Order: sequence, then C-alpha cells, then structure tokens
Amino acid sequence: MQDLIEQARNGRPRAIARLITKVENSRTAAAEIVPALYAFTGQAHIIGITGAPGSGKSSLVNELAKALRRRDHKIAIVAVDPSSPFTGGALLGDRVRMRDLSGDKGIFIRSLASRGNLGGLSQATAAVIKVLDAAKFDTILVETVGAGQAEVDIAGAAHTTLVIEAPGMGDDVQSIKAGILEIADVLVVNKADRPGAARTVRSLKAMLQLGQALAMNHHGRSTQTTSVATVVSPNGLEYDENSWQVPVQETVAIDGTGVEDLLDVIMAHKNHLQVTDGWLAQEKLRSRREIEALLQMRFMDQFQTAVSQDDREQLITAVANRKTDPYTAVAEIFDQIKA
Amino acid sequence: MEDFKPRILVAKPGLDGHDRGVKVVARALRDAGMEVIYTGLRQTPEMIVEAALQEDVDAIGLSILSGAHMPLVSRIMALIAENEMDDVPVFLGGIIPDDDILALNEMGVAGIFGPGANMNSIADFVWEKVRARQ
Repeated sequence: MQDLIEQARNGRPRAIARLITKVENSRTAAAEIVPALYAFTGQAHIIGITGAPGSGKSSLVNELAKALRRRDHKIAIVAVDPSSPFTGGALLGDRVRMRDLSGDKGIFIRSLASRGNLGGLSQATAAVIKVLDAAKFDTILVETVGAGQAEVDIAGAAHTTLVIEAPGMGDDVQSIKAGILEIADVLVVNKADRPGAARTVRSLKAMLQLGQALAMNHHGRSTQTTSVATVVSPNGLEYDENSWQVPVQETVAIDGTGVEDLLDVIMAHKNHLQVTDGWLAQEKLRSRREIEALLQMRFMDQFQTAVSQDDREQLITAVANRKTDPYTAVAEIFDQIKA
Repeated sequence: MEDFKPRILVAKPGLDGHDRGVKVVARALRDAGMEVIYTGLRQTPEMIVEAALQEDVDAIGLSILSGAHMPLVSRIMALIAENEMDDVPVFLGGIIPDDDILALNEMGVAGIFGPGANMNSIADFVWEKVRARQ
C-alpha cells in the first residue's frame, strides 16, 4: 500500500486510479490510505460544479479544463452520476462530453457512481478528492449528479461552488427558494445564446440583490466589510478582494463563449478566500462535515454489529404492525448498543 | 464495509457512427448491477486505453461495426499490454465475420458477441470474468 501511495504522489496514473478504487470500495482501505496521505493534502483548489440535469455541467467542465490547461494548471476531474436505486448499477456518461481532454498527461478524469448517497456526491467523494490532492493536482473539478433543489453536499466539499442554470427552467419564484442557489459562489447561466437567457440572468441578479438588501451573510460569513481593496485581474475584471458578491456569469459551453471570463471570476474567488479567512473557514466546514459523516457511518456499523439481522427485522416488522413505534424502537436499539 | 461494484468501460473505437448496440449493452450491464462507463463515438485506441486506466476498470467492451476490427483491436491490445493491464478482460461486439474470430481470440479477446446475442449471456459472461479476476 505504501508503495502505491508513493507512486500516486509521483503522479503515476495507474497508482492514482488503483487508490481511488480502494477508497471507493472499502472504508477499511480508506481508513488506512487517507491517514497516510492526509499531510500532503490541502494544496489543491477544489471547484464544485452543480446544476440541473442537462444544464451543461459536463460541457462546461470540459471547457473549464481546457482553459485551466492554457494557464498551466495540472487538473483532475471527478464526475459523479447516479446509481440505480434498484440494481445498484450505473451508467457513467460524463466522459462523452470530455473527449477533447484525452491524450493530455496533465488531466486525470474519474467517473464515480453516487452509490445510494442523496446529496449529489458519493460517500467516498471526499476521500477520492484527497487522493487527487495528494497526487499534486493544482485544481480539482468536481461535477455533481444532476441536481434538483436540495443536493448541496458540494458546498461542503469544494472551495468554490458554481451553480449552473440554463434559460427557461422556471419563474422568478424558483430563484428565491431555499437550497441550491444559496450555495453558489458563482452563478452561471449556460446556453446564454438561447432565448430567455437575459430573463434568467435578470431574475438571478434580482434574487441576489434581494439577498443583499436583507444583509444576509454568505456561507455564514459577513459580506459587509469596511476596507475596500480593488484588484484588477489579467482580463480586466475589477473586484474587491475582501468581500465577495456572487456574480452571474453567462457562458455557451459548446463553443467556449464566456469561459475565460468565468475562470477569471473563479480565480478571483480563490484569491478572495486566500486574502480573507475564507479558505480556512471552508477547510473547517469541510472537516466538520467529514467528521460528522464518518461518525454517522461508524454508528451505523456499530448498530449493525450490535443488533443481529433477525432482531432488526423483528423490530422493523413490529413498527410496521404498529406493535411499537419508530422512536421506541430506536430507544431500544440504543440501549442494546450501550449494553 | 466493503462495497465492490464491477466497473466496465464500453467504447466505440473507429469511425462508424452506430451506437444503438453499444447503448443496449451498456444498459444491460447497468441493469446487471455494474457501473458502466460510456465514452461516446469515434474513440481512438489511445483514448480508450487512457480511459480504462484512469477509471481502473474491471473489463473493457468494444463495439465495432466498421469492418476495421482487426487493426483497431490489435492496436488496443498492444496499448493494454504497454500499460500493464493484460489482466483486464476485453470483449467485443458488432459485425465480426466468423473467419476473424480465431485471430481475435489469439490477440487476447476474451469473448465475441454478434448481432442477436442474448443480453443476459453478455452480462453473465462479464460477471464471470470479473469474478475470476478478483
């Protein structure tokens, strides 16, 4: 195992691929691998890409990857697609949109199935990202399953979260609902050449202004600052690096329109995180989520070893037959675990 | 906790644009509980083997209807060997004349499924190969 980790650290694709399979298939293996490489992680900029199915996530990832390569970033892509709730099988098709990226040694692409997880990522995604981070990729693009309104796990996994919208996906009320739009560091209206794009941009901007008017905190951090330090990016983008106003960017992923500007904005956000305490805050959020998720899994494992399959079935049947109720059943299980 | 799922790459090398067959097979393998990675039309042997390597797949399925199966498969098998992935079984579908089957098997192709092949038999074949490799 140590050998494999060493090779992955040196960027050998086969070793990286093997390690990812191990952490994905076995928590026991992950519990051995992640501690061995954790000290080497924390270097990569993790960019999350989420949005509705068909909004253009994969095509945009393809274009962003090309733009990042032009800026000499070594990049990894993690693309998650859903698993069947019935057979556990999955069709992972994100590579179809990423064919331009093959043959480039500076790009590593891995498709993951969600394996029953509901937050838009798979349970192993955090560990997979760590393997890639330790393998010295500068930027890791993480594409979620096609998201509806509540798949917000990516916000805890990424430093910079992009939420992709396409024109014609709903009226103004959609944009003031809680959930996915709230996690965006950057909002992207893709397919901006389609009719209705301008309206979608207007509606998102109106939503953002409403939020500012209510003096909301973004990700729990105050967006109100007193000092103003305007920075100009290489492409002439002006922004204040101490405070972050969520921008609305327009792109046409199939021909790359707007992608360089989008990347400037993403880099501006990275810079903002580094200048403020945002980077550390994001790492803390990520660590908290991860510890909690691992704890939950450990508790579930403990429950499954402490309470036999037969006992569990009996309890489930008893609840279904109204002999007892779910709360009492859980109380009983807890007593058994404690005993 | 262990959670093993076979990961299968299904790919269309070469220039034919007929992907109905490969999609049906991808769907059948998905329904048999596997994680199927589909990479789209018109892939070069290099693209296919690179994807297989990064995705760390347990088997590779190729669909070829162009008649160019001999040079394509030969190149793919060579690249697989170059990347030390000889233990990954390769199976083939599409329009493959009987006369070529022996030569393809000698190149290392583990199974060949022509038109009318039963989907369950393909899924069973892949499962069996994957288990044998474990």
